[in-house]
Amino acid sequence: MSATRAALPPKRRPVEADDRPVDRRFHSTLLRHLAVVLAAGLLLVAVSYAIEPFRNFQLATVAAYLCATAGLTVLTGLNGQLSLGHGALMATGAYTVALCQNAFADRGMSGGWLLPLSLGAAIVSTVAVGAVVGVAAARLRGPYLAGVTLAVAIVVPALAVTFDGVFNGEQGLSVPVEPPPLSLGPYFPYERWQLWLTGAATLLALLLLANLIRSRYGRSFRAVRDDEVAARLAGIHVARTQVLAFVVSAATAGLGGALLAVLAQSVSPGAFSLTLSLFLLMAVVIGGLGRLTGALWGAVLLVALPDLTHSVTELFTLSPAVAQRLEGNLPLAIFGLTLIVVMIAAPGGIQGLLSRLGRRLRARRS
Amino acid sequence: MDRFVFLTVDGLSRGAVYAAFALALVLIWRAARVVNFAQGAMAVAAAYVAYTVSTTTGSYWLGFVVAIVAGLLLGALVDRVVMRHVDHASPLNPVIVALGLVLLIQAVLGMVYGNEFRPAEAPFSRSALTVGGVAVLSPYDLFVFATIGVVVSGLAWLFARTPVGLRMRAAAFAPEVSRLLGVNVGGMLTLGWALASGVGALAAMLVMPTELGLHPHAMDLVFVSAFTAAVVGGLDSPPGAVVGGLVVGLLLSYVSGYAGSDLTPLAVLVLLLAVLLVRPGGLFAPVAARRV
Repeated sequence: MSATRAALPPKRRPVEADDRPVDRRFHSTLLRHLAVVLAAGLLLVAVSYAIEPFRNFQLATVAAYLCATAGLTVLTGLNGQLSLGHGALMATGAYTVALCQNAFADRGMSGGWLLPLSLGAAIVSTVAVGAVVGVAAARLRGPYLAGVTLAVAIVVPALAVTFDGVFNGEQGLSVPVEPPPLSLGPYFPYERWQLWLTGAATLLALLLLANLIRSRYGRSFRAVRDDEVAARLAGIHVARTQVLAFVVSAATAGLGGALLAVLAQSVSPGAFSLTLSLFLLMAVVIGGLGRLTGALWGAVLLVALPDLTHSVTELFTLSPAVAQRLEGNLPLAIFGLTLIVVMIAAPGGIQGLLSRLGRRLRARRS
Repeated sequence: MDRFVFLTVDGLSRGAVYAAFALALVLIWRAARVVNFAQGAMAVAAAYVAYTVSTTTGSYWLGFVVAIVAGLLLGALVDRVVMRHVDHASPLNPVIVALGLVLLIQAVLGMVYGNEFRPAEAPFSRSALTVGGVAVLSPYDLFVFATIGVVVSGLAWLFARTPVGLRMRAAAFAPEVSRLLGVNVGGMLTLGWALASGVGALAAMLVMPTELGLHPHAMDLVFVSAFTAAVVGGLDSPPGAVVGGLVVGLLLSYVSGYAGSDLTPLAVLVLLLAVLLVRPGGLFAPVAARRV
């Protein structure tokens, strides 16, 4: 019965933000989410002018990762399905964008509408792959599902090498992306344009996800996670709900991968290894499973931690060989260790700790 | 025909290693209801320890023994320090923690040894002996078969014939009752982890010379193959793990021999999916009552 219960402690769960009585003026969920997204968008534009280009690029990377982690947290946190294959789904999206953009460039087509078209194609292809994996996943539980998605994560990057006629093997493909439109002025920094693009796509995806979570479907996701038998008795089609959750999650992962490819302007199998899949899972667990804000913390960590360890190792004078070994591996070790500690000591993750802190502060005030 | 014989023997030899590794997974699954996703990384860590010992002392066999001891200790350590404290209410939790261990172990190995391939030596020649003009078995294959045979029959004897094995089975089957009867359930669990990890380390030592060499990620695909083997046989069945290992080994050998080695990961995925969708309990699962 507990076969699909998610990692959150099922008993004594704090009252979720969803259940709190809402202020009358913000009664419409859609309007409330729209307001938040608009505010976030304005803030992002303001921030993009305030910080240097490299930070803009980093923030854009956070946005791309956020797409994938938000989808994964819906799948794992809200629906109780563990996927180790989201790195592979991101690769699907990334390669689709690369193939589309190259096809457009080869035919000499240009225009601002091409990139959204490629991103759409990336989402469609990832949805197709996600549906196939999701149908299989809906029949599997716990460690079996983890094993299958682990195999997917290892196999898909290898396919890029097997069919190197299309995917160009380990070299990967380049992704031609057009410069920012001239109407923004001739000296508009490219990184700011990248942040705008990825930020807009991610905010749109988040808006849709947030509404989905609060809808009938979101409630079915949670019902299936908590007790499959009870959900079935309540008239929920369990398998269909699980496939839907997987497909939604795959779509966002595909978009995230596509955005990463657009940011890096290239794709290669090395960028979508098993480690990436583990990173995504780690990010959502450390951030706090099942919460979009947790996904945000996770995405920030994914970008910030390697940067941070880089600056820390630079403080010490190390031989180049040692520095190179530390560079790639120290963030991994910290991620792994944090993941274990979080799972044992604070299963709610960062967001869980923050909301507990917030509740305590409110309780003291009243 | 020559090629077929060669591929069959090669597949059986590879399959024997998968069988041992799958057996290690089954041991932990039966004892703790956890699929140890960190098994591959733990085994690689033991193999690296053996590499250090072998290169400093120049003795392969000393390294071999050290690898198994390191495996045993690492297994006990992982159980006592990490897995014991994980909330097992959800089956996701131990899997996630094991994946954290994978990241941690591989990163530590990368920091200490670097992310490049290290040569792994074989104690016997890997060139095949010819019988009547047909290349059949290499001395190394014989060594693999003998070692795995000893390990499998040793484990069978341990579980079926010794008091310790009986206690281990009891502790896994009915923890509360066993505790009342004076069985040290926690100790048995640790012993199970240590045994499984030791067998995993042995399998890694045997498979390394046939792969590209030592690398922190060297066991990733081996782990997936062994997991597939365990699923083919049914996660609850030790004989199933052995048969599953041989089946997977043969399949991979034929696929890489006749269709190209690039396709072996895909073949593993297809087999895994096929078994899980058609017969999720594995080939050796007893008929179970249908869940509502």
